[in-house]
Amino acid sequence: MNMVARASEWGELIRRDRVRGDLYRNPAIFQLELERIWYRTWVYVGHESEIPKPHDFVRKSIGAQPILMTRGQDGCIHLLLNRCTHRGNQLCSKEHGNATNFTCPFHAWNFGSDGRLIGYAFPDGYQGLNKDEHGLGRVPRVASYRGFIFGSFAPDGPSLKEHLGGAAETLDRLAMTSPEGEIEITTGFLKHRVKANWKFILENETDGYHPAFVHSSIFTMADSGIGSLYGAKSTALTRDYGNGHTEVDLRPEFRKRDAPLSWFGTTPDRLPDYVAKMNKAYGDAKARQIMIDGTPHVMIFPNLFIAEIQMFVIEPLAVEDSVQHVTALQFKGAPDLNRRMRQQTMGSVGPAGFLLADDSEMYERTQRGVHASDTDWIYLGRGEHRERRDSDGFMVGHATDEVPSRGIWRHYRALMEQA
Amino acid sequence: MMQVQGQAELAHEVSQFLFREARYADDHRYEDWEALWAEDGIYWIPANGDDIDPERQMSIVYDNRSRIGLRVRQLMTGKRHTQEPQSRLRRIVGDIEVLRAEERELHVTCSTMIFESALRGDIIWASRNEFVLRREGRDFKIVRKKVALLNNDKALFTLSFLV
Repeated sequence: MNMVARASEWGELIRRDRVRGDLYRNPAIFQLELERIWYRTWVYVGHESEIPKPHDFVRKSIGAQPILMTRGQDGCIHLLLNRCTHRGNQLCSKEHGNATNFTCPFHAWNFGSDGRLIGYAFPDGYQGLNKDEHGLGRVPRVASYRGFIFGSFAPDGPSLKEHLGGAAETLDRLAMTSPEGEIEITTGFLKHRVKANWKFILENETDGYHPAFVHSSIFTMADSGIGSLYGAKSTALTRDYGNGHTEVDLRPEFRKRDAPLSWFGTTPDRLPDYVAKMNKAYGDAKARQIMIDGTPHVMIFPNLFIAEIQMFVIEPLAVEDSVQHVTALQFKGAPDLNRRMRQQTMGSVGPAGFLLADDSEMYERTQRGVHASDTDWIYLGRGEHRERRDSDGFMVGHATDEVPSRGIWRHYRALMEQA
Repeated sequence: MMQVQGQAELAHEVSQFLFREARYADDHRYEDWEALWAEDGIYWIPANGDDIDPERQMSIVYDNRSRIGLRVRQLMTGKRHTQEPQSRLRRIVGDIEVLRAEERELHVTCSTMIFESALRGDIIWASRNEFVLRREGRDFKIVRKKVALLNNDKALFTLSFLV
């Protein structure tokens, strides 16, 4: 425990091409991660479309802290701590809804949807209490990009735009899949719990080495066209955007296929309304390119994963306990596309998903594996000999190489070394 | 008297069918289980409540007949890692009621408690189930099976056996 408190010794745990199993199983390291990552850097919380109207609210979290994401009367979005400022009672127990104010059931303190203290019961029991000082706690920095709302507990630091860096472009790309340029999150979340450290999930999202093996049972049974993207001969790329953000860029494979909507396992004649709207919105040539390239496969550090057709949010509960929240991506103005998005998402992810049940099995087995400590390195050196910089200066490698893991750990170490 | 006898027989037939379905699922007799389904069967495990609209909201499982077949074929590859080794399962099916008997279809509810022992550990799953069963010869086929898990609003561990 003392060891990990000293910045100079993170190098004992994290090297360029390998990391110690302790990082996944040590409760003291988990506590430090809450302080230095979850309560400092930008963390994804929710999407604007989840609270479209004034006074809409939804319960969320940052790290282990319960958050109430609300929209005030004026349309402003607030990230409030879901905790009464009187005695700390959980203020709101409803998952989502619309409320101009929240009354604590314990002693009837009452708060507005913007977090300010409106009043309390039997007011003559307080003398000179300044209501302004007893509003709900709030996440000091809130920022939104393409409707994705992030919060940071650090009162100052890099802006969200700086934090996203090159990875912001992947969210631009995602939005362009909608003929109206907007994503919506409207279909509810599946919540899949795993007895595993959150970083196994984080790293697996852009690990292109495992699909051929972990998912062979579904690739051989359903001809989804996904399997070949992750083969030894794939031309897809793994990419490290810096700041812990990583991607599997499948566009080279889709461009080789040169078939619109192939990324989604379908053809234009099956989604004629969508194709017509895309052509109208972007012009035929650009629409065709968007529909060939498809949506991104990108992991925004530390907890937002866009997986082509769905979105995952990683929630760390404890050192060996995590939840994956997952929902279908919905694209404004594309009902026919969205219907298939929902169907395919329900098939592939969540506790019973054709894909995610097996991924999650691996998370839990790896968690048990790292308790064996005699050869305690996890080796992440795949593809070091062939990684290179792309034209934007980002490190890229083969689809199956461990460029993303090395990038994640480099950033993780930098964050953890800042006491 | 005749009618009372008929109802008792029906209740017996229905419960025997549900017990068989439960046994096939517990014993991982995937093909036998799949053969219980009608051609238009729907297998539904809602999330975040029991009465959501599965056409608009995420469900844990919302399989049409072809996807039920895919689910079974995946289990039979021997490479469905989350079921290798298979979970040890035993379930108790009770509170069986025939709510409505139409000419060819029966609407049935029951409660189920499943004990699962897997690599991860041991878990108890509890649900209220709704079936629509269609008469076919001397047997039934499942037209619809809805499994309303009591904790479907919470984060659930992997649920990869036939529920």
